Amino acid sequence: MKHLAEYRDAETARRLAAEISRIVTRPWAIMEVCGGQTHSIIRHGIDQLLPPEIELIHGPGCPVCVTPLETIDKALAIARRPETILCSFGDMLRVPGSHEDLLAVKAAGGDVRVVYSPLDAVKLARSNPNRQVVFLAIGFETTAPANALAVKLAAQAGLGNFSLLVSQVLVPPAIRAIMHSPGSRVNAFLAAGHVCSVMGTWQYAPLAQEFRVPIVVTGLEPLDLLEGIRRTVEQLEAGRHDLENAYPRVVTERGNEPAQAVIAEVFAPVDRAWRGIGVIPASGWRLADAYAEFDAERRFDLGGIRAVESPRCRSGDVLTGTLKPSQCPAFGRECTPRTPLGATMVSSEGACAAYYNAGRT
Amino acid sequence: MCLAVPGRVESIRDEDGTRMGRVNFGGVIKDVCLAFLPGIAVGDYTLIHVGFAISQIDEASARETLRTFAELGILAEGLAELRDSDDAAEPAP
Amino acid sequence: MDHGLPPDFSGFTCPAPLRDRPQIVMGHGGGGALTRDLVEHVFLAAFGNPVLDRLGDSSVLDLGPRLAGGGRLAFSTDSYVVRPLVFPGGSIGELAVNGTVNDLAMSGAEPLHLSAAFILEEGLAIAELAGLVARMAAAAKQAGVTIVTGDTKVVERSRGDGLTITTAGVGVVPPGVDLGPQQIRSGDAVILSGTLADHGMAIMSVREGLGFEAAIASDTAPLHGLVAALLVACPQVRLLRDPTRGGVAASLNEIAVAAGCGIEIDERAIPVSPVVASACEILGLDPLQVANEGKLLAVVPAESAQAALAAMRSHEHGHQATLLGRIVAEHPGVVAVRTAIGGSRIIPLPLGEQLPRIC
Repeated sequence: MKHLAEYRDAETARRLAAEISRIVTRPWAIMEVCGGQTHSIIRHGIDQLLPPEIELIHGPGCPVCVTPLETIDKALAIARRPETILCSFGDMLRVPGSHEDLLAVKAAGGDVRVVYSPLDAVKLARSNPNRQVVFLAIGFETTAPANALAVKLAAQAGLGNFSLLVSQVLVPPAIRAIMHSPGSRVNAFLAAGHVCSVMGTWQYAPLAQEFRVPIVVTGLEPLDLLEGIRRTVEQLEAGRHDLENAYPRVVTERGNEPAQAVIAEVFAPVDRAWRGIGVIPASGWRLADAYAEFDAERRFDLGGIRAVESPRCRSGDVLTGTLKPSQCPAFGRECTPRTPLGATMVSSEGACAAYYNAGRT
Repeated sequence: MCLAVPGRVESIRDEDGTRMGRVNFGGVIKDVCLAFLPGIAVGDYTLIHVGFAISQIDEASARETLRTFAELGILAEGLAELRDSDDAAEPAP
Repeated sequence: MDHGLPPDFSGFTCPAPLRDRPQIVMGHGGGGALTRDLVEHVFLAAFGNPVLDRLGDSSVLDLGPRLAGGGRLAFSTDSYVVRPLVFPGGSIGELAVNGTVNDLAMSGAEPLHLSAAFILEEGLAIAELAGLVARMAAAAKQAGVTIVTGDTKVVERSRGDGLTITTAGVGVVPPGVDLGPQQIRSGDAVILSGTLADHGMAIMSVREGLGFEAAIASDTAPLHGLVAALLVACPQVRLLRDPTRGGVAASLNEIAVAAGCGIEIDERAIPVSPVVASACEILGLDPLQVANEGKLLAVVPAESAQAALAAMRSHEHGHQATLLGRIVAEHPGVVAVRTAIGGSRIIPLPLGEQLPRIC
């Protein structure tokens, strides 16, 4: 594929890695805040090309990992109802709630459908007027415009049987929370390239200055990641802490303004709980009052849900980079990809699953 | 959260007031919503996430990035050669 | 008797043959005239052969001549459920034949005869069933096997899958062919007969909610001819596996665990057609985990690898055979891949259904 294959060139990757080795003089811990970046790092083995001084910390960049347990339990409750069709991205189907996951509810007779796009959920609402179609709208800012436009189109079409269970989260407040958490070892951030393609880069300059950390907007392909890391190390070695855009072919300072406009119309800021981390103020979006009737939390009586997180799960500490998965007492024992205690072991780019698979050779 | 793939816009149409397009991803054609890129045209490359085009790929910028990689490679090799020859020239401690 | 309400026939089963019914009803599974009609007009019409036509409770086969001289009987069964029933490149009919034929072929057997048991869902259109059965018959003919016994049952309408087919098959393994994980040695070569993920992505392309347009067709095919050619050129083949559900990732993991060895493959050697690779990128799927229906993995001694590849590449179902990797003594039970940029990662046993991702 054009604009993809070129950024996987092996020879160039080796040269970029060699350049990083050449300029690094001491240990640095760099966090990437995009689950897609984590996935790419693992898939291509990028961290193995880096010199031992560079530690990559996998941050809370995967909506699968950070969707609150209570939201999962609410999705399960909605899916169990006979009149509903619960639509979700595939990533969410195996995430454990307090007692089971969406796959189990599907097996017990719940109508759970995997969709590629929120527009597919709107289509289902149109073709199933006698059913309540609920879309589990998770994601970072990258996915927000799509989720927002889906609601807007449903509203325009007068689809009274469509609603959204929202768990949108934002990157900049997460960076704040990470830098404020005691024991944080992060020296620099790779900002999420696709999040920034929507939101622009302007939110990150103040963060770089306030916390004195380099923030380099980085893409997801091997060469993009290595270049982002190279520029980050360059800054760290020089004692700089600036915002840099290493993904200019897709990311601009202002981002996608039509997308931001739809987000502003459909969503409003809200405090959000991040699974394992806790509530981060103003770190999420909820449906704006004008679209309140499309909020599944209002449409369905979901009171009385008490989320029960495993007391032994340390995913919060893993997500903020203060604990390595291998340091968790449950890791590899009662917590494995097949029997996960928390979301970081379920998700293919969760830090715990990544460590588990990497450590076996 | 960021799985987004580049594709080439093959055709554009209006569907009940929403701008939609057929986009070609290396031989796979998918219908995509182009509402967020009002200026995109047939032949342009765009980045697609969950069925929505979120960014246009700036071809000039892409070429520039690849050129920088190519040059960096040459530079890195050149410096490595210099260092190796320096090491060879210095007497062992 | 007009009370203004339509008559309620929901508990009514008509015993008389109704040839004009376009759809399967519960009566078709009753063992009576409706069943007989269906068997004669749909199944026998397609599969008919002297053994099947006797319609005995069981069919008697004389395999004596083939088993004389040390041949052994190979026996396999599989059930086939797929949605949609017809997809680019094939249908449940071809899968039901080729799947069992290939399971037999992986033991080195020549497949001979199949049984075919059908579970029909109430409401399935008989014309649709006849079309699928015709495809199944064509696949059996192409594979050189006969369907010698069968069964039909009908279940109540439910999710609309329409049809489940279970086939069992018998074949004969020639003397001297003894394939299995116990034969595998460190240093052996791992060969794959062709491109990955064609079948699974062909199904994805027509799945509701995930569909896309692409020139991707299922690779369903009978592989016993390819196996025979391979065994002639390379009698020391250690083991054969067909990577269906769970893809090559599942099969390699099963081999590594069964043989107590490690496996290392080279990402650059993984054969994937460009359009299938693109489809996998869009949905975030790993081609190694996607199902195949016309491919095999062969473990052969290192020194026989080139001969094995040459033999496979000159066969119609092995043109893109490739050396995928090696059996190693390190990390027993674990499969590792060397990535194109020089890193490595583990390929775990897939946990279950492949799900598209957005992350």
